[in-house]
Amino acid sequence: MELYTGPLDTKEIFGRWLDAQAESNYGAYIPFVGTIRAEDGIEALSFDIYEPVLQKWFDTWQEKAAALGAVVKMAHSIGDVPVHTSSYVSAVFSPKRRVALELIDVFVEDFKANAPIWKYDVRDGKRIYAADRSTPMEGSGLLS
Amino acid sequence: MVKIEFLGPIGKDSVEMEADTLADVSAQLKADNSLIQWLDKCAVAVNDTMVNDLSTVLKDGDKISILPPVCGG
Repeated sequence: MELYTGPLDTKEIFGRWLDAQAESNYGAYIPFVGTIRAEDGIEALSFDIYEPVLQKWFDTWQEKAAALGAVVKMAHSIGDVPVHTSSYVSAVFSPKRRVALELIDVFVEDFKANAPIWKYDVRDGKRIYAADRSTPMEGSGLLS
Repeated sequence: MVKIEFLGPIGKDSVEMEADTLADVSAQLKADNSLIQWLDKCAVAVNDTMVNDLSTVLKDGDKISILPPVCGG
């Protein structure tokens, strides 16, 4: 898991991940790129991350992937990420394509639902929490 | 004493309190008007492990994190 301040250098990251597995005999490598879209007048999105819980969440996914003979990778931005740049990339390597295709789907969806990352719109230099696009994590409401 | 951290957009400074279980933490946080809009949609971690049981026993020095709704990517 890799965290960076500001936008991701997607080509460097994907190239490095590919090179690292060049001799691993994986038949499939499926990358996913999340790009900031220009909409609703935003200049950028901005992100807070709680790394200790994110790392545990990711460790669990690495174990799930390993049980399938696969490897999951991810990188995410902290702070402001301008429109038309990338804040999130992930990838799955697996011996055959079907495992990787299915794993990238459930991995990215669970990431959206349970990775401890908070998103803000940036307008006129101000951060506004994206409350209407955010999802309560599993177990929410315990203290209410 | 345990320490309560409010993450992301909650925007509230950490607090310390006496608590034997998460139920004790809940009772004290529910008395804080600034948290009314948050508690029903927040998840909880104790020492960076997600928990889902109010009877979770706490010990001196534990860190309790309050995690509001998320949206990575």
